[in-house]
Amino acid sequence: MKRAKWDAKFKACRERDIDFSTVSGLPVRPLYTPADIAGFEHDRDLGYPGEFPYVRGVQTSMYRGRLWTMRQFSGFGTAGDTNRRYKYLLKHGQTGLSVAFDFPTLYGRDSDDPFARGEVGKCGVAIDSLQDMETLFSSIPLDKISTSMTINPPAAMLLAMYIAVGEKQKLPAHILTGTIQNDMLKEYQAQKTWIYPPEPSLKIIADILEYCAERVPRWNTISISGYHIREAGSTAVQELAFTLKNGFTYVERGISAGLPVDKFAPRLSFFFNAHLDFFEEIAKYRAARRIWAHTMRDKYGAQDPRSYLMRFHTQTAGCTLTAQQPENNIVRTAYQALSAVLGGTQSLHTNSMDESYALPTEKAVKIALRTQQLLAYETGVPNTIDPMAGSYYVEALTNELEREAYKYFEKIDKMGGVIPAIEKGYFQKEISRSAYSYQVALERQRKHHVGVNIFTEDEKPAIETLKIPPAVEKVQIAKLRRLRRERNNQRVKEKLRLLRKAAKDGENLMPRILDCVRAYATLGEMCSTLKEEYGVYREPIIF
Amino acid sequence: MERKIRVLVGKPGLDGHDRGAKVVAAALRDAGMEVIYTGLHQTCESIVDAAIQEDVQVVGLSILSGAHMTILPRILKLLKTRKAGDMIVIGGGIIPADDAKKLEKMGVRRLFGPGTPTVEIVDWIRANAGKVGKSGKVGKSGKVPRHQTVKKKKATAVARWRKKK
Amino acid sequence: MDGIEHRLRGLLRGEKRMIAQIISAVENDCAQGLLQNIFPYTGRAYHVGITGPPGAGKSTLVNAVAKQFLQQGKKIGIIAVDPSSPFSGGALLGDRVRMTDLAAHRDVFIRSMASRGSLGGLARTTKDAALVLDAAGMDYVLIETIGVGQVELDIAGVCDTTVVVLVPESGDSIQAMKAGLLEIADILVVNKSDRDGSERLVMELKFAMEMREREPDWEYPILMTTATEEKGIGQLVIALQAHIDHLSMTGKLEEQRKAKLLHHVHELVEQKIRSHLEENVMHEHDLRTLVDRIYRRRLDPYRVAERIARKIVKGSR
Repeated sequence: MKRAKWDAKFKACRERDIDFSTVSGLPVRPLYTPADIAGFEHDRDLGYPGEFPYVRGVQTSMYRGRLWTMRQFSGFGTAGDTNRRYKYLLKHGQTGLSVAFDFPTLYGRDSDDPFARGEVGKCGVAIDSLQDMETLFSSIPLDKISTSMTINPPAAMLLAMYIAVGEKQKLPAHILTGTIQNDMLKEYQAQKTWIYPPEPSLKIIADILEYCAERVPRWNTISISGYHIREAGSTAVQELAFTLKNGFTYVERGISAGLPVDKFAPRLSFFFNAHLDFFEEIAKYRAARRIWAHTMRDKYGAQDPRSYLMRFHTQTAGCTLTAQQPENNIVRTAYQALSAVLGGTQSLHTNSMDESYALPTEKAVKIALRTQQLLAYETGVPNTIDPMAGSYYVEALTNELEREAYKYFEKIDKMGGVIPAIEKGYFQKEISRSAYSYQVALERQRKHHVGVNIFTEDEKPAIETLKIPPAVEKVQIAKLRRLRRERNNQRVKEKLRLLRKAAKDGENLMPRILDCVRAYATLGEMCSTLKEEYGVYREPIIF
Repeated sequence: MERKIRVLVGKPGLDGHDRGAKVVAAALRDAGMEVIYTGLHQTCESIVDAAIQEDVQVVGLSILSGAHMTILPRILKLLKTRKAGDMIVIGGGIIPADDAKKLEKMGVRRLFGPGTPTVEIVDWIRANAGKVGKSGKVGKSGKVPRHQTVKKKKATAVARWRKKK
Repeated sequence: MDGIEHRLRGLLRGEKRMIAQIISAVENDCAQGLLQNIFPYTGRAYHVGITGPPGAGKSTLVNAVAKQFLQQGKKIGIIAVDPSSPFSGGALLGDRVRMTDLAAHRDVFIRSMASRGSLGGLARTTKDAALVLDAAGMDYVLIETIGVGQVELDIAGVCDTTVVVLVPESGDSIQAMKAGLLEIADILVVNKSDRDGSERLVMELKFAMEMREREPDWEYPILMTTATEEKGIGQLVIALQAHIDHLSMTGKLEEQRKAKLLHHVHELVEQKIRSHLEENVMHEHDLRTLVDRIYRRRLDPYRVAERIARKIVKGSR
């Protein structure tokens, strides 16, 4: 049968009354054929696993060699509470740690800061000083695990604390492995956790790149994150384009700080969202690898393949979890996890079913972890490398996402780059528009969310949730005050003075921060010191 | 002219997740309301200051950080001490059911959980915000507000016009 | 409780909730009686308008200026106008965000107003809202226009001093001249002056202002500021104070204010006539049927207008 004939027959059929587009709004045709990927050449466009342009994956053997790292993001209450949860997860087969900090920590404020009221230990673990960090990793040998820390404005301080914990465990910094998120650009664009204005923030990031290249060479210095851009409501294309553009901006900063690109680029990694639209997500990961490889090699002159192969972590989309019929979240998350694995992720976090209510209970976390283990050990999915390659639809979608991303790059360049675009509120506007139009599509029944606007039920689900006792705040504050009484305050003051001076003189801050940390200066003290020098950021308000 | 509904949409505390707040703000605007958006990281005090100066009927607060049991009661208390206890306080975000019950008892009029259609929020505000409103009384001393006369006349004019037809 | 008395007393005491509620009443057109009572207490505040294209940093500038006035122990009222959606009539008012340092201050009152269909950069009731703040004891009332790039010249008819804010990028200077913005400026500010092109813009403005008809004894200042860092704000405050001195010394303040009052009275009369027409003479509906006949050339607009005007004078049908 010829195509034209099929088209005619198809036209005569009735289609369901929904929008046939991806969740991001890209139109989807009823059928994809070789015509949709005309000119496609496997070796050139995809390459072999572990080979340029890495569309089929960044390692030669991919999951045949080693499964992805199962890394559940976790943290709550005091350092002691979280330490117990970590030991539980490691016992159940988790292979890496991922620290969730509470809001005051994320903003570089101490637990007794007026702004911290009601927030201590709520959304993550409260860390005020090295003392808390010692508790957090108590009897967890840092040479046996890798640790990811979701921390941005105070990333340098938390990394310094981790290094200092290593010192106490008699481990040199150069064997430590892990990641700090340290991606400030997406904070201004989407996640909105900031302290200083963009310029000093990027300066600190460049300091970290430089320091780690010498002293902590196995540390992933920036986890360039699309996850939060997506959670804030962007489309898949925007997530892809903004994240990569941010990545290139860091690369440019590193280069202009005088670092050779191959010296720091191998330690850059990425972090993406796994959202609802199965194929679109797979195409997104594949397009991301191709763009990064080409641009890093051809535009920024990287020669070490590790500089242009893109490694990334994935988390299933928190914003897609429903409070309604929460058990459905287990299934939803499983599909999302499958897309991440088919997209070739290096590590994965699966959300727990109860997370639209509170931080997850132990049981819910275990099911989430088991979801990954099922995928790894039962489904056979990891048996062959990149099984989606050659699918007309997936390849066409990969090409389309790539094309659209380049259009965004051009627009951003025209605005003078990422920072001027942030100051104009460009990203914020793009993201909130996408978020609103998705909401409108849901309310008009053009898109569906099970349990929310279709197959809804009236009864309120009875679900057990994790409670953070209010005493946590009191306990944490008491501990902090005791520390301030008992430490050598003269020494703290002196180290903070030197930090301020280094900031003023434009020196690399890392050694000074490490000195402060070792003297048990608190996170809030260090950040306030830098605030005095750098000022604070004000957001432009854009709808 | 009828009285416009004015709503404050606020993000108290440290959490930076403003997607929901912005979507709701845009939806309220599209429903014809005037929305004052406070921006992120506001203290309870500054939110209450804004609510009073902007004379909103409704104070809508989005909290996803788990600090709702600290923040919401504090806002209620501040409003009361500033003689603005009549303002309607509503909330949205991740708020477990038993906390929600306690908050509603304290005076939070309504909590909208994740997945609430914006239409539901719009309808609720329309149904509840129009009723009270001290400032509506301001001009009524002696003189009938103009809009009431207009309405009446409009009705008779229409009737006349119909008769003619 | 006697509405007006009680409210007036609250207002004069500067009670914020009362000020806010009265402004709402003004916005909703149900405060005429109250305004009559308020008016005798106004005329003390000095009204400053801040206008300019979108993205010029008007709110940030207002914030910085207000801070300096506060340090001098002054009381500040701020009105920030944002556009209403022409489709829904709703509005998103976000200017406050740039003024968070101020909002909690005892001596500051900030109000966001939606334009509610008005096109000149202000809401129709902004002038009255400013009077309310005046009566509440503010020393300065700062009014920020919409700033969406349309022609926003209403501000000059409301304020004693008009500050026009421009920024180096996007060829604002040329647009501004077209839009007549320079014609209403008493003080010009090039904000974000740390950016490229600010020197050139200042030069262009100097040239343009030389073309403008001179006001005796007033040299139009062209100032450079970086409002986000509060740079150049001191000079702006000095220029504002110099302009007040200039206005009062030359007698222009009284002259200007009288002209504005005359205009205000005219406006009110027009409004009165319009509503009188609506309510007592001829309703919009009836007028439409007349237009129908005008359209078919059975009547002509001149004679119809003449007849309606005569009816208005007589007072009723």
